[in-house]
Amino acid sequence: METTSASVTERRRLRLPNWPLLSMIGAVIFLFWVFIAVFGDLLTPYEPGEFVDSWNVLGPMTADYWLGTDYLGRDVLSRIMTGAKYTVGLPFVTAALALLFGLILGVMATLLSKTVDTAMSWLMDTVNSLPSTIFALVAVAGFGTSIPVLIIVITILYIPSAYRNVRSAAINVSKMEFIDAARVRGEGNMHIIFREILPNIIPNLLTHFGIMFIYIALLLSGLSFLGLGIQPPEADWGALVSENMVGLSYGAPAIFAPALCLLSLTVSMTLMVDAVSHQKKDR
Amino acid sequence: MISLILKRLVLGVLTLWLVATLVFWVSGALPGDAAQSILGQDATPETLAALRSQMGLDQPEIVRYWNWLKGILQGDFGVSLANGTPVNDVIASRLPNSLLLAGLSTLVAIPVSLILGIASAMKPNSVFDRLTTFLSILALSTPSFLIATIIVLVFSVWSGLFPALSNISRVETIGGLFRVMTLPVLALSLSVIGQMARMTRAILITQLQEPYVETAMLKGASRLRATVLHALPNVAGPIVNASALSLNALISGVVFVEVIFAYPGLTKLMVDSVSSRDLPLMQACAVIFCAGFLVLVLIADLIAILANPKLRTE
Repeated sequence: METTSASVTERRRLRLPNWPLLSMIGAVIFLFWVFIAVFGDLLTPYEPGEFVDSWNVLGPMTADYWLGTDYLGRDVLSRIMTGAKYTVGLPFVTAALALLFGLILGVMATLLSKTVDTAMSWLMDTVNSLPSTIFALVAVAGFGTSIPVLIIVITILYIPSAYRNVRSAAINVSKMEFIDAARVRGEGNMHIIFREILPNIIPNLLTHFGIMFIYIALLLSGLSFLGLGIQPPEADWGALVSENMVGLSYGAPAIFAPALCLLSLTVSMTLMVDAVSHQKKDR
Repeated sequence: MISLILKRLVLGVLTLWLVATLVFWVSGALPGDAAQSILGQDATPETLAALRSQMGLDQPEIVRYWNWLKGILQGDFGVSLANGTPVNDVIASRLPNSLLLAGLSTLVAIPVSLILGIASAMKPNSVFDRLTTFLSILALSTPSFLIATIIVLVFSVWSGLFPALSNISRVETIGGLFRVMTLPVLALSLSVIGQMARMTRAILITQLQEPYVETAMLKGASRLRATVLHALPNVAGPIVNASALSLNALISGVVFVEVIFAYPGLTKLMVDSVSSRDLPLMQACAVIFCAGFLVLVLIADLIAILANPKLRTE
């Protein structure tokens, strides 16, 4: 009995998800960026900080420099590849952390007293109602900007939205009959939370993770664009766009290549989110 | 209903206090280098101490917090570190510009996104709906700094139709105002329309599946009439609430639009004050933004209460 049910779930996991074509394309693009984020540092054609062509700054796309050169004559492709670990990695880490803490706090709030729950919800709503860009600016002013600060601040800013999402999804599931059945069976709180509710809200968690990923990616690259995010000599894609702004008047690829990469990242995530949320509705 | 509204107001004031407190403690996390940053390298310990006591920096954090809060309640945000002018004066010269920008963009964004949302909800999966959805997703996934940059490139650098920098302080005529404001307003409303149109569509589409909408149409009402006169009033509350949340996107959009167009508004001031660590100015800007945002959300809440007969008559 145990083994057959285990092998069924195993088979289900290995099958490709039944997504529409566009969402599959999104998944492929996203996986590509994850690959670049992990291995980009090793695969760059040039040293990202090296002035490969100082005579030809903000140069066009050529066979030597696929995406042109930047305002100091560095290879844009190499800089995009090394920047990927920030633009893809940081939103991934912070969205995952926010989701984890949102989950823990959400579970705690439901287990503890009603007062704690109300107070917690109010605090969360307050942080949630802050305009995130403004508050990120406040935090950068307070703590200075560094990668640990960015991770902590953005995680804190996004815990409330994860918390709310987890809570409302969990409340919907907890009204289902099989929860009553589990209670009647005599299962404890822990069993109900982790074995009955949690598996059923995973699609919600995944969609919300995707949405947070998009918002955080936009927020982080925006901060870097303002010069308040990732600091030189390192650069994420937002910083790459802003440091090459002088090339705007002649449409230098150094501006548009990182911008389009960022766009492809967020659009691919949106397409994947769409697929998961549609599947959720169909069930 | 009155008690519900009062409850919301009290909660709003409490939230505003919590937000102001957060702003103060978070932004002041690195202790007292304000005096140091004014005097710079030439500071002797004596002058530093003198300036610190003059600025009240030698007092304990909690006292400064209390004085700061008292100042805000009296409408006094202190003195800017950058040039010693009162923060109030600096803000008074910038705030109207930001309000103008945000106001005009809202005036453009709300009707356009309502029309787009309603039209695509009326014919789900039509070509128009798919196109709107596609464009909304694109607008939602594009960073606002990129939207503004592309607009500058197309309408200013390539075609030369509008100026790339929006120096509103030199504007004297209505025509000049139009020239200067068109691009920032376009950039800002584009980044909001995507989100609002999508939410309007999503909220309306579930409502249109209700039996009463079908009944209205079976009784001879046109699809447009059934949507606008029958279904729309029922979702006015959720749509207003969703729009208020889109203002979050609007505010972060304002930051980038003002920076890119060098528009002399409040968010540009705030970004500059973060770079120069001008804390009193930055705290004032942050409090004003959060307060403005909270007030708008509160207004949306009240409208939602008033638009819902169930809550209105309670």
